[in-house]
Amino acid sequence: MKNGKLFSHLILILISLLSIFPFLWLISTSLKGAGENIFAYPPVFIPSDFTFENYAGVWKRVNLLGYFINSMIVAAGTVLLNLILSSLAAYPLARMEFKGKKIIFFAILATIMIPFQAIMLPVYLITIKLHLTDNVNNLAGYIGLIMPFAVSAFGIFLMRQAFLTIPKEMEEAAIIDGCNAFQVFWKVLLPMVKPSLAVLAIFTFIGSWGEFLWPSIVLTKESLYTLPVGVNNLQGMFSANWRYIAAGSIISIVPIIVFFLSMQKYFISGENEGAVKG
Amino acid sequence: MFTPYLFLLPAATVLLIFFFIPFFHTIVLSFSDYSNSIYSAVFCGFDNYIELLKNPVFYKVLLNTFIYLAVAVPILAVVPLFLAVLLNQKLRGITLYKILIYLPVIVSIVVAAIAFKWLYADQGILNYIVTSLGFNSVGWLTDPNWALYSVIIVTIWKGIGYYMMIYLSALMSVPKELYEACDIDGAGFLTKHLTVTIPHIMPVIALIVTISSISAMKVFAEIYVMTKGGPLNASKTIVYYIYERAFENLDLGYASAMAVVLLLIVMLFSLINILCFERKKYQL
Repeated sequence: MKNGKLFSHLILILISLLSIFPFLWLISTSLKGAGENIFAYPPVFIPSDFTFENYAGVWKRVNLLGYFINSMIVAAGTVLLNLILSSLAAYPLARMEFKGKKIIFFAILATIMIPFQAIMLPVYLITIKLHLTDNVNNLAGYIGLIMPFAVSAFGIFLMRQAFLTIPKEMEEAAIIDGCNAFQVFWKVLLPMVKPSLAVLAIFTFIGSWGEFLWPSIVLTKESLYTLPVGVNNLQGMFSANWRYIAAGSIISIVPIIVFFLSMQKYFISGENEGAVKG
Repeated sequence: MFTPYLFLLPAATVLLIFFFIPFFHTIVLSFSDYSNSIYSAVFCGFDNYIELLKNPVFYKVLLNTFIYLAVAVPILAVVPLFLAVLLNQKLRGITLYKILIYLPVIVSIVVAAIAFKWLYADQGILNYIVTSLGFNSVGWLTDPNWALYSVIIVTIWKGIGYYMMIYLSALMSVPKELYEACDIDGAGFLTKHLTVTIPHIMPVIALIVTISSISAMKVFAEIYVMTKGGPLNASKTIVYYIYERAFENLDLGYASAMAVVLLLIVMLFSLINILCFERKKYQL
């Protein structure tokens, strides 16, 4: 038994190290000054010419704060629209009987099977037709980044499941009190599904924050770059200056790591299996 | 009377404009020829598909995608399960392990790819390890024999924590009494998990095989950031090739024919997934 636990610890320590080593090595490189060979053999882990200059340099030459703000705007807009549109659509699917319900239900389910990567070209053509690109203006650019991900079948089904667990009496009482369908939804049902809304918000946020393919297709102006696009662009800007590339990459992941650590129970408690996205 | 439709309207509009119309448009585009002018398409029947079948790069790309699945999916089905089993016991520091192993899932794939590109550098730390073990240094991203596998490793590395957490929540639902019975019988680690754990979570294993297959079909960012599909198409997969033909060569019809192939494959996987493993999630 004792041996078993020791073995478990050894494996878990090894895997934990493998999981964070690429980041640690990036941090190490980002802290090495110009006087130190970053290609030294054998590699040196603790910088001998320790400096924060690379951070200052990349911060000054690249608009990382701007990329961060763009990412925030896009993620906030995507989360907000997902919460509203998913719960609005989920309510009748969970609670009402109407003509065409089955067809609508399966149509929404079908969108789960359509990968964005297969339809991205027409989505791009439509976005241009609707003038939702950054060469129209910044607002249009943001909207164009958000709209293709404004609602997902995943969110609709998550909210539908949440509404299904609420006892019908709650609504009936509200209707007797004279509430209309929208008031029932807004004042009675929505406050009761806050935990599901939180799960949807967090997973939508993570998805939007890391999205790379769509912004790299539609964006033309550097001033609208989101963090993943901006960070990828560091490679072109500083070609062989790995100190700067490393420092910029590390700065870019600080916000999401803070977010993850403060919300960790949603990710690693093992209770949100239903929330995983395919 | 119209109330349910009013509630559905906003979501339906978005899904219509950004899912259903593009879906059908992809199919229409795949039968169109844009080679004369990007502004006027001509119906060309199955020409794009026929050309696709004549193109050796298309087969190369399909093969690469298939290798991606064949390497990544088994590893992502087995290793996270093993780790979840280790984490499903009383251990000190368990939360720390979970946080560290989950970290790659949270961080953007672009940064992950950059971090690995640095490890894979010609005079990088990985080649130092390889040469100090007495081997020749490897062109991880520049040697056609290695590039695809080097990229696959990043995908695996980034996926382990994600699938581990799915397994872990499944393991929590295995009745403890069954393990206690095993302990009384004096069963070892291996027998215990082969007779109790595996049969119990078989549906979850199958679920992870299908969802990791679907995401392996869709890889893009790793390749874009690290190799751009090179060298010599060695690490080009289907989504990257669609991207290249559509947005760099503006070959809309041809790219769409490939997109239809991707659609068919992913829809098949998804259908299996929904019908067999996720019925409960969608209340079918």
